[in-house]
Amino acid sequence: MKLLFEKSIQGRSSCYLPECDLPVVELSANLTREKSALLPQLSENDVSRHYSELEKRAYGVNDGFYPLGSCTMKYNPKINEKIASLDGFTGIHPLQPESTVRGCIAVLSAAEKLLCEITGMDAMTLQPAAGAHGEFTGMLLIKKYHEKRGEGNNRTTVIIPDSAHGTNPATAAMCGMTVVSIPSGEDGCVDIEKLRQAVGEDTAGLMLTNPNTLGIFDKNILEITKIVHDAGGLVYYDGANLNAIMGVIRPGDMGFDCIHLNLHKTFSTPHGGGGPGSGAVGCKAFLAPYLPMPHITINGGQPTLQADCPESIGKVKAFYGNFLVVVRALSYVLTLGKEGIPDAAMYAVLSANYLKKRLSEKYIMAFDGLCMHEFVMTLEREAKESGVRALDIAKALLDKGIHPPTMYFPLIVHEALMAEPTETEGKEMLDEAADIFLAVYDEAMKDPEKIHSLPLTTPIRRPDEVEAARNPRLRWNPDVQ
Amino acid sequence: MGHYISITDEQKKEMLDAIGLSSLEELYDAAPSHLIKKNGLNIPHGMSELETLRTMEALAAKNKVFPTIFRGAGAYRHYIPAIVSAVATKETFVTAYTPYQSEISQGILQSIFEYQTMICQLTGMDVSNASVYDGATAAAEATAMCRERKRTKTLVSATAHPDVIAVMQTYCWAANAEIILIPEKDGLIDAGSLHDMLDETVACVYLAQPNYYGLIEDAPAIGQLTHEAGAKFIIGINPIAAACLKTPAESGADIAVGEGQPLGMPLSFGGPYLGFMAATSAMMRKLPGRIVGETTDSEGNRAFVLTLQAREQHIRREKASSNICSNQALCATTAAVYMAAMGPEGIKNAAVQSLSKAHYMASKISEIAGFSLRYKGEFFHEFVTECPLDTEKLMSALEEKGILGGLPLSGGGILWCATEMNTKDEIDSLISVLREVKSK
Amino acid sequence: MNTPKNLKYSKTHEWVEFVGADTVKIGLTDFAQQKLGKLVFVNLPLVGDELLIDEPLGDVESVKAVSDVLSPVNGTVTDVNEELLDSPGMINDDPYGAWLVLVKVNITSDNDDLLTAEGYEAFCAEEE
Repeated sequence: MKLLFEKSIQGRSSCYLPECDLPVVELSANLTREKSALLPQLSENDVSRHYSELEKRAYGVNDGFYPLGSCTMKYNPKINEKIASLDGFTGIHPLQPESTVRGCIAVLSAAEKLLCEITGMDAMTLQPAAGAHGEFTGMLLIKKYHEKRGEGNNRTTVIIPDSAHGTNPATAAMCGMTVVSIPSGEDGCVDIEKLRQAVGEDTAGLMLTNPNTLGIFDKNILEITKIVHDAGGLVYYDGANLNAIMGVIRPGDMGFDCIHLNLHKTFSTPHGGGGPGSGAVGCKAFLAPYLPMPHITINGGQPTLQADCPESIGKVKAFYGNFLVVVRALSYVLTLGKEGIPDAAMYAVLSANYLKKRLSEKYIMAFDGLCMHEFVMTLEREAKESGVRALDIAKALLDKGIHPPTMYFPLIVHEALMAEPTETEGKEMLDEAADIFLAVYDEAMKDPEKIHSLPLTTPIRRPDEVEAARNPRLRWNPDVQ
Repeated sequence: MGHYISITDEQKKEMLDAIGLSSLEELYDAAPSHLIKKNGLNIPHGMSELETLRTMEALAAKNKVFPTIFRGAGAYRHYIPAIVSAVATKETFVTAYTPYQSEISQGILQSIFEYQTMICQLTGMDVSNASVYDGATAAAEATAMCRERKRTKTLVSATAHPDVIAVMQTYCWAANAEIILIPEKDGLIDAGSLHDMLDETVACVYLAQPNYYGLIEDAPAIGQLTHEAGAKFIIGINPIAAACLKTPAESGADIAVGEGQPLGMPLSFGGPYLGFMAATSAMMRKLPGRIVGETTDSEGNRAFVLTLQAREQHIRREKASSNICSNQALCATTAAVYMAAMGPEGIKNAAVQSLSKAHYMASKISEIAGFSLRYKGEFFHEFVTECPLDTEKLMSALEEKGILGGLPLSGGGILWCATEMNTKDEIDSLISVLREVKSK
Repeated sequence: MNTPKNLKYSKTHEWVEFVGADTVKIGLTDFAQQKLGKLVFVNLPLVGDELLIDEPLGDVESVKAVSDVLSPVNGTVTDVNEELLDSPGMINDDPYGAWLVLVKVNITSDNDDLLTAEGYEAFCAEEE
């Protein structure tokens, strides 16, 4: 398929703006660019067809089953899109006088309040633009906490289980901390003894997700948070897996001091092909003064923006956050409400266990027993015995029209495939998907050689990623054929 | 109660039977029972779609949508062609995940590859990443790209946007790295002070172009000073102005960043926006975040993949230079559609009209006594005037006429903005209102 | 598996070649390059950097992973093989020709922990 630049024809253009109704001003020659930008010259018809063709070469939740573990690819309600496109939200300048944005501030305030209740936190910010951004913000609250107590220079270690998502240690490093990795047990749960040995006077905190990245609920959670607190550290909750427990169990009740949420996972806002998301960060009252500014406070019964936040960590993004994403999440929470929120979690866990049961017929599970909202299969034995790897199963699934599960995560399981069906699939879809997974397994075992050449029916075959990394071509070049 | 669950009660029973349980609650038996929230959440009951719509519409109605906007300061109202939202709302683009499975994601990957190319074309730089959260975080990430063992200090011009400065300060504090403001002089960066501040501990210098006051800086001169001291030069630009102004590449930038909101994203009370980052080839591997590259598949067809992933957090973990995972994919595609639809002439036109209307407006406002232009330098589409009146009263008077006036600055004065969306009539109305308020 | 007899080896799969009285060349073994898969990038130290035994001197990247290269000696880097920056695949194609760094070693007695070719082959067989 051609690129836009390859469809460009000299002199082609559209007409979107009227003639300038005022004299044209020119800047001094020394301030202007020497060469015009070589952007493509296209008609609107060209552009429209181009993107329609691109859409056919992509795959969204709207196109089919998307059991990506740790991503929570649940259905994205269309009403949220409609609400987020209201002029009363899109046409608002972020620096309008407060009296003219009461609705926007009310949206942020309502979202904060509802998310606090769902998570057991006392305060929230919606400023971070993504989960990793939220992790960064949450860890900065912890950094500030220790600094304020005069321990900023010695409490510089963050304890992270080796089953954690890569963003956790990367976040700790961005906050000037060193990472102490503790091994997880075979079920992905925290090794209590190793944790006891790891905490000390240099501990700033522990980063944890519960259920963990294997989809198992760590029942020792209260002991874990106590161990860290007793050592003078704080406990941070990675909210990526909240869909398993929202409305049923709250991180605040488990002893966590601050958390981040992924509104684009748990709260149904769409993934957009990789963003924009929103990484709300919640905390207990003692950390609230450190939240990014402005804070939303209630003044005279009405939510208002408070710019005077002397203890704040500052800002992690310009303005207030990915506002339209928050609008979608708020609509979702209002729609689900008191009963719908825990229902979503329970049905998510039911779906995962049902799918796990069906797939256990052929696939080896990393952990037996009940899982939470996701589970991990391992192709380690198949890889050794017949050369069929997790990657091969994933590519074979592409030919069957299903998005594969997450591959090679968590790192503590070899040849891992992590599946998370979410609560928005019907039983018949789970059965259909399970049948496909099992058929793929059978085909792979019957002819292990053939599977390495899959997929065959997708727009491209397996790409040469080695070449892409050795000789990076990161843009179209007019001089290169 | 609203929900999106497809499983019927009958199916639920079949599924529970299959796994040997009799109720959903038993799924949580592994958790300590006292953690289970027995009385439920203290939030309102759920609603039907119609009720949710009414509730949210009521909130939206509490906001005032100004028909006429003369305020910029980091968020700009430009004309967004209809094709842009038509593409940006295509369901598959909206509901797709990150394109890790490249065989079924060529559409997303190609659109990002095209976006990367266009950012390079706009800025003149060699490589671009797939975008970051916004212009302010892009600036902060750029400073991290420049820090190395002996050079860890960031110098940022005081003429940059206050939010950009604030975010850079937070990120530098996080990394235990020093960041110092370069003083301003007559609304521009004080090159003399910069010269004195540059030494062998400085990693980078950040300059805004145009700057917060709308003024056009002498970027090549600042770039030269910076390089002579062995530091890296980061320029934060406005992408519409980039159609007219000397590019970052032409100004000697090592890294170009900026806020991409003007490229087809509505004002949206501040987000989601778009941070673009482009650099010289020498700095390619220091770019954070996702990057799409071109390669071939096993049959020799052109194929796009996420590449150079070994820089990123999911592989490097604590050795990654940034924890960033998401980009702003849909916003990047939005910007690409905008640039493709407007084309080089269209963007230049939007830029020239913004520039011209701002200059007309500036000359008319400064004719009113007490509203003189504060700075002498050349400006793009924003400018600062003094204000002889109580700014709140003035803004209220404008508001009554449906006009969002310029931004009152904390030290006094008003930062005005004009874009191609402002007609001559609108500007003339503004002038009459100003004169009217002044005369009272 | 190829294991030249004239070289010494570390348990973390680096080879060491004595090219002068107090200068060594360091690279990755055939075992290492096979395990790592096709390399796409190499991060090398700077000339003048101090190296400590068992501490990372740099790393190598494949498409989906990064691996530290641990220094088998104490010393100072005197030269780096810049060819590898453009052609990291040389390590896969010719692991014993594609040296990473040239190091001036401080004290030669530290190198007693290094294995001979036979010792290394035995060690690798155990690891499998």
